[in-house]
Amino acid sequence: MSEPLLVLDGVTKRFARPLNTGERIASWIGAGPGPRVVRAVEQVSLTIAPHETLALVGESGCGKSTLGRVAAGIYAPDQGRVTLAGAPVMSTGRRPHKITTRVQTVFQDPFASLDPRMRVGTTIAEGPIAHNLVERADSTRYVASWLERVGLPADVATRFPHQFSGGQRQRIAIARALAMQPDLLICDEPVASLDVSIQAQVLNLLLELRRDLGLTCLFISHDLGVVRHVSDRVAIMYLGRVVELGTTAETFARPIHPYTRALLDSVPRLARDGARGREIKPIAGELPSPLAPPPGCHFNPRCVHAIDRCRSEAPELLPVAGRIAACHRAEELLATV
Amino acid sequence: MAGTPIADFWAEFRANRVAVVALAVVLLTVLATLAAPILVPQDPYDLANLTLRDARRPPGYVGTAGFTHVLGTDAQGRDLLSAIVYGLRISLGMGITAGCIAFAFGATVGAVSSFVGGRIETIAMRIVDLQLSFPAILLALVLAAVLGQGKTQLLIALVAAQYAYFARTAHGAATAERHKDYVEAALSTPLPARTVILRHIVPNCLPPLIVVATVQVANSIALEATLSFLGLGLPPTEPSLGMLIANGFQYLLSGRYWISIYPGVALIVLIVAINLVGDQVRDQLNPRLRR
Repeated sequence: MSEPLLVLDGVTKRFARPLNTGERIASWIGAGPGPRVVRAVEQVSLTIAPHETLALVGESGCGKSTLGRVAAGIYAPDQGRVTLAGAPVMSTGRRPHKITTRVQTVFQDPFASLDPRMRVGTTIAEGPIAHNLVERADSTRYVASWLERVGLPADVATRFPHQFSGGQRQRIAIARALAMQPDLLICDEPVASLDVSIQAQVLNLLLELRRDLGLTCLFISHDLGVVRHVSDRVAIMYLGRVVELGTTAETFARPIHPYTRALLDSVPRLARDGARGREIKPIAGELPSPLAPPPGCHFNPRCVHAIDRCRSEAPELLPVAGRIAACHRAEELLATV
Repeated sequence: MAGTPIADFWAEFRANRVAVVALAVVLLTVLATLAAPILVPQDPYDLANLTLRDARRPPGYVGTAGFTHVLGTDAQGRDLLSAIVYGLRISLGMGITAGCIAFAFGATVGAVSSFVGGRIETIAMRIVDLQLSFPAILLALVLAAVLGQGKTQLLIALVAAQYAYFARTAHGAATAERHKDYVEAALSTPLPARTVILRHIVPNCLPPLIVVATVQVANSIALEATLSFLGLGLPPTEPSLGMLIANGFQYLLSGRYWISIYPGVALIVLIVAINLVGDQVRDQLNPRLRR
């Protein structure tokens, strides 16, 4: 494999819920519960090679969006490093801020990610002008060329976001991200909030642009059908940790980790040739609270293969058959596929 | 839903007759005060025009200068209508200037402290809360007494008494906007914090601030009138409505009501009109009040 473009090295991101006044007084006299910390992302290391698309998959609340935002330079990691082509994505210091323009993000909700009071053209041109990618005098032409690339007419630039549908807004959001000429595009559930009929159009647009511009992508999704369609490799996350990582084809064909298997089994699918479809097996139980993750393997309370060791010792991510998985029984389970 | 946001806004505003009349009153007052020198019969501050023979004459009196004093004259023989228009000019000017400065300063304090967060936010907002828990008039009185008379001093007192309302409103709105995706999108471009605050956060906080602004302009006019009435406002060389009211106060019980009453009526009409416009703007900008 060539030199990776994006490297996430041991990234941990915690969110502390601030104590309210009562709790603060209680903790002064030593009776309080102490600060509550959510470990949204725990010791995650990933690399993405140039021109590759890595999908990040998991249930809501598993930390995939947080990890995406750490990679995008929106959140600074509490531990670990994020580098793009060897250079750090965020500055260090007391108030870290993003210092590269080479990674850009397409957000999930195009109704929230565009400034409602700014004309579309201004929104798209703002970043490129600020970073001298284009002269202010040329910006109209520049914006029009990007709007054309995402399949929108040039006169869109003079209008406001509320005048567009969800699919059109997401195209605008894609144009804004691409106008910064990034190497890496982070797509945080880019089609999840769109109508199904629009999803395919926007996905195809993303695939086309990825090919034409030679983009590298981090694609965050909970939709396994979409992931299978767009990604080269897939990382499965559960409660802040990566539990399995491998090429999309292999992972979907021969999942190792019990969570991956459960996830794949829980997807409703239409049966081919009129035969009865496979049974849909929902994953038993709920995602545990990240405030109090279960000891050992985080998945053990919901895992049908759990043994005593799983309840006491957290499994490490280890290579298994060309992939990596975090499961004590990975070898045994692989044999059963 | 046709046309630009501003056209839609105006169409809805026009539907409320009272608000339209109030807006007309405010605009006419502004125009009248701007055109004061050519509109009124007498320059009330040119002492050469005044004669004590005309002092304290009732409305309708035809003075030595040959014109009718429609609203009567005051203790110096000054034409009251002229004095009121000039007084409005000062009151309105002070009110709008103080309102604008308080807007700019308060909105900056609110938006920046919300964005920066941490200790700076806590300290700034606690100061604002502390101020909001006192009546504005108290702070203005103390400041006006300490700083002395003069336009600048009065402006400082008015701004200090009023910026807290803007800061509180801007802080609330900015905190709500701060974590919306479009702000994170702008920050992750990356754009500098200053640009994000000025170009994204502040414009999206404007609706509630505009509502506060209309109310606070009316309030600062009233506040200024109060200070001037108490003799803590502008010097007698620049009499605002408050001072006109104070000047006629001693004659009120002797039947010469017009010296105090007419400036008072002008003040009330202006403040009520501004508040009515403000109410309508608030109703239109607050989605929760929409039917």
